[in-house]
Amino acid sequence: MTVGLAHYLVLSAILFTLGVFAVLSQKNAIRVLMGIELILNAAALNFAAFSRYAETGLRGQVFSLFIIVLAAAEAAIALAIVLGIYRAFRDIDVDEMDSLRG
Amino acid sequence: VGVPDLVFYALALLGVVSGAIVVFSRNVVRAGFALLFTLFAVGGLYALLAADFLAVTQLLLYVGGILILLLFGAMLTQNAVRVDLRVKGLSTLPSILICLATLALLVAVAASTQWWPAGPKDPAPTTRALGHLFLTEFLLPFEVVSVVLLAALIGAVYLARQEPR
Repeated sequence: MTVGLAHYLVLSAILFTLGVFAVLSQKNAIRVLMGIELILNAAALNFAAFSRYAETGLRGQVFSLFIIVLAAAEAAIALAIVLGIYRAFRDIDVDEMDSLRG
Repeated sequence: VGVPDLVFYALALLGVVSGAIVVFSRNVVRAGFALLFTLFAVGGLYALLAADFLAVTQLLLYVGGILILLLFGAMLTQNAVRVDLRVKGLSTLPSILICLATLALLVAVAASTQWWPAGPKDPAPTTRALGHLFLTEFLLPFEVVSVVLLAALIGAVYLARQEPR
């Protein structure tokens, strides 16, 4: 069966689901961030696939590039926050972070 | 089944298997290295989709930048390595159900929708056209993103610096 748009959509649905599962079930903040990266990758892959198979020109790839850039900003900020939380709580378990002043 | 299809299936297998390792592995550092392979597979799929600039950006930014940041984060927070994987059963089962429902919905939509019948266009270099789009149609988002990056840079440095005690 020739690979078409639906194949890419199913693949990125699987990656998206894995990311959602990581975000929902992991306790470790770093693992949650990895799940978010999986979700963002799945979305960017969808945009690139639509850019190839639909009559939108390169605009889908432009959105993928924006996603990658914003993922970089998000990772930098989130890891800085995780380091701050680690300094305050000596732990990065997202279930234990329940006070605003450590 | 031609060569591009085989490449797609190989990359898809690599991406899904290493993505599963990212989610289910007990060791954070191992999950980080599995994420490397997932990101590499997605980059290869970009190349397969004739998005050459996007593939190179994926390798440079994700594999070279974000992944290094994540591994630094995992290693700087030493507790991270020994935090165990599983939450108590209470929250695992609902998340599995939510994920399976989401997956079923997405796959059903992808399989049942009538997508554009037109086949893919001939691959062509994308860098020049992308630059043109960024400086004409997407000029405002482009500038906004550059400001966002600057703000993220300053904010990350401010948040991560050692507090003088």
